[in-house]
Amino acid sequence: MAEQARLIDIYIMGKHYQVPEGLTILTALEYSGYRMIRGCGCRAGFCGACATVYNFTNDPKLRYELACQKTVEPEMCLVQIPYFPAVKATYDLEKIKADGEKIKALYPDIVKCFGCNTCTKTCPQELEVMWYMTDALRGDVPAVADKSFDCIMCGLCAARCPQGLVPYNIGLLARRMYGRHLAPASKHVDTRIEEIASGKYDAELEEIKKAGEKELRRRYAERIIEPALEQTWE
Amino acid sequence: MYPTYLEENIHIVEDTRVRRLIQNIPRLLELDKIELLRKYHPDFIAASMRKLQVGVNKGDLTPVELADLLEGRSRLDPAKVDPSSPDYNVDVLVIGCGGAGASAALLAHEAGARVLITTKLRLGDANTVGAQAGTQAADRPEDSPVHHYLDTMGGGHFENDPELVEALVKDAPSAIKWLEKLGVNWDKAKDGSMHELSGGGTSKRRLHSARDYTGLEEMRVLRDEIKNKKINYLEFTSAVELILDDKGQIAGAILLNMETQELMIARAKAVIMATGGLGRLHIQDFPTTNHYGATADGLVLAYRAGAKLVFIDTMQYHPTGAVFPLPILGQLVTEKVRTLGAQLVNKAGEQFIMPLEPRDVVTSAIIRECRERGMGLNTPNGESGVWLDSPMIDIIRGEGTIARELPAMVRQYRRFNIDIAKEPILIYPTLHYQNGGIKIDTEGATNVPGLFAAGECSGGVHGRNRLIGNSTLELFVFGRRAGSAAARYATEVKRGSPTLEHVRRWQQELEKAGIADKRPVSPQLLPDYARRVKGYTSSIF
Repeated sequence: MAEQARLIDIYIMGKHYQVPEGLTILTALEYSGYRMIRGCGCRAGFCGACATVYNFTNDPKLRYELACQKTVEPEMCLVQIPYFPAVKATYDLEKIKADGEKIKALYPDIVKCFGCNTCTKTCPQELEVMWYMTDALRGDVPAVADKSFDCIMCGLCAARCPQGLVPYNIGLLARRMYGRHLAPASKHVDTRIEEIASGKYDAELEEIKKAGEKELRRRYAERIIEPALEQTWE
Repeated sequence: MYPTYLEENIHIVEDTRVRRLIQNIPRLLELDKIELLRKYHPDFIAASMRKLQVGVNKGDLTPVELADLLEGRSRLDPAKVDPSSPDYNVDVLVIGCGGAGASAALLAHEAGARVLITTKLRLGDANTVGAQAGTQAADRPEDSPVHHYLDTMGGGHFENDPELVEALVKDAPSAIKWLEKLGVNWDKAKDGSMHELSGGGTSKRRLHSARDYTGLEEMRVLRDEIKNKKINYLEFTSAVELILDDKGQIAGAILLNMETQELMIARAKAVIMATGGLGRLHIQDFPTTNHYGATADGLVLAYRAGAKLVFIDTMQYHPTGAVFPLPILGQLVTEKVRTLGAQLVNKAGEQFIMPLEPRDVVTSAIIRECRERGMGLNTPNGESGVWLDSPMIDIIRGEGTIARELPAMVRQYRRFNIDIAKEPILIYPTLHYQNGGIKIDTEGATNVPGLFAAGECSGGVHGRNRLIGNSTLELFVFGRRAGSAAARYATEVKRGSPTLEHVRRWQQELEKAGIADKRPVSPQLLPDYARRVKGYTSSIF
């Protein structure tokens, strides 16, 4: 880490520290001497473990970000978020089919949403959380699945919802319903599974497994490479 | 936003786009490939490796960072821990819960076993969620498992275990189907045909994706299903030693509550190791794409219990890690960017390698471009890198492709005011994957009775270099196989009495080799990035 970088003032749970600019919230905590156990996962913006809130000494408004992605700024006040319990309905995906009404049945509190939009403002992925909650209320499974798709399940929406709703678990339920029951069936996958089960490729695989390295190298060099750009694009 | 001197260089990249649009860089011949790897791939730096002095793989070479941990001392004093009074008593204990551990747990549960999962971060905080590009399966009519087999063997330099590769390619389509039945949303056309892309080293289009959140989509579904099935799990709880019995069979593990530092005994008839990789050991000081817990714990525990390791002298350096801006140094820029048509370009705006060669080859070419030819660019922070010309994707495939196919990448760079649809990405290789690991058979069984392994911590299927999309595939193929096999094994095994004798013997072996006081305590559990100004600390209690 560049030690010559300009130092900036930050506050971790109220305590003053100086860190070089250019660090993320996560690396600023580590630079200040914190060793993480909680609040740290993939360190790349995918797992949601480091979702955090912060504000500034001169601006009390809370902001929401992933600690591994957000760069620290002067006068930032950082906290480590404690664990938030969240409601998670358990269900048998095979039985619930793609019935949009099931969302309400499994998460009855969803009708309490009064459209304050805090969830959307909170989402570090900038998803339209409140809109997909509205879709969920109407039982529109494909719309919820699509709009919630980039959710990393950090749980900030649920942590901040004044009604105690759990948008991220509702999005997941809708996506699973969509994937299992509504997505068009892929016949070519089923066909290939049957072909493999019927032993169609067994002889060829046995043969290639026994082929010597020299022969394998020859076949490898002579492979016909399919063009990367599919003709049927769009 | 790039600094001015980089912005100026981007103009050169822009100027060569029309020419590069029709330029066809041929794939390297086998001999040229080998030469390139020998000269530039980090695996070939002799000083980075050391021969192991103790254990089953004594005499084998491995990176010094891993050697230190494999030869490490136990965290326990076996005299003070009684493995016969368990806190948990189950049929199958799964250590680690990424894609492999979750698949194994679900299948073992389905087979009727009592299952306990233990994981040192949260359920599903694993490299699986960072896998973006996709999962391979030869399921298009134009493709066949035989092509998949040959591509995989060639990518691994023909040293892969043929039986494992056969299992991988034959199970692949059913793994895709299994995930879909659990509710994974695959990218597909309205007629149901899967939207499949090429990858580095594949001869056919066979990568199944879920935007560029493929691994995340797979993991969040599996995690949800574990909760629906009410399978027991312990978070922030690591395994620090395996327990064997007097017959040399697996008998469970000693667990550590990471927060209270309390030890617990988990008795199990079978243990499935699914602890993932080792990127956080920062081999040769490389940055890494790996999650916070990737510290080779499973390798260390299994090795100490007598499990054989394979291919531990080969690591995968992903060709395209971010080098700018600094906060995301080393983070993954998915291979899907090249899969969709982005080219690798040096500071003169020229291509220097076919972008869809296998990863080890592309990585070596980038290192040569920067280190030997001086054709890379320096970042303000002193790193060097080359351009990954992402705007080519929209030029080739039409505007909006990047937004639709790469939302995670767009989002990551937008945070730093870089629009990857308009400007290229500055990259350099980053430590990504451990090609080898614990030796397994096609059921995930190791040479230690009752010990199974699956996923990145196992080795053999990828030979010396893994292909894109074969890692997520491996999780579901061998995770499921190990789960079923472990449940079956648990119904048949005759238990002995549990002991930590092997830990005692290990300590003696270290002393005999004269390294007992020269090695760190292991498993490492987590990296230590906390900066301590004075270099020392004190406990409160």
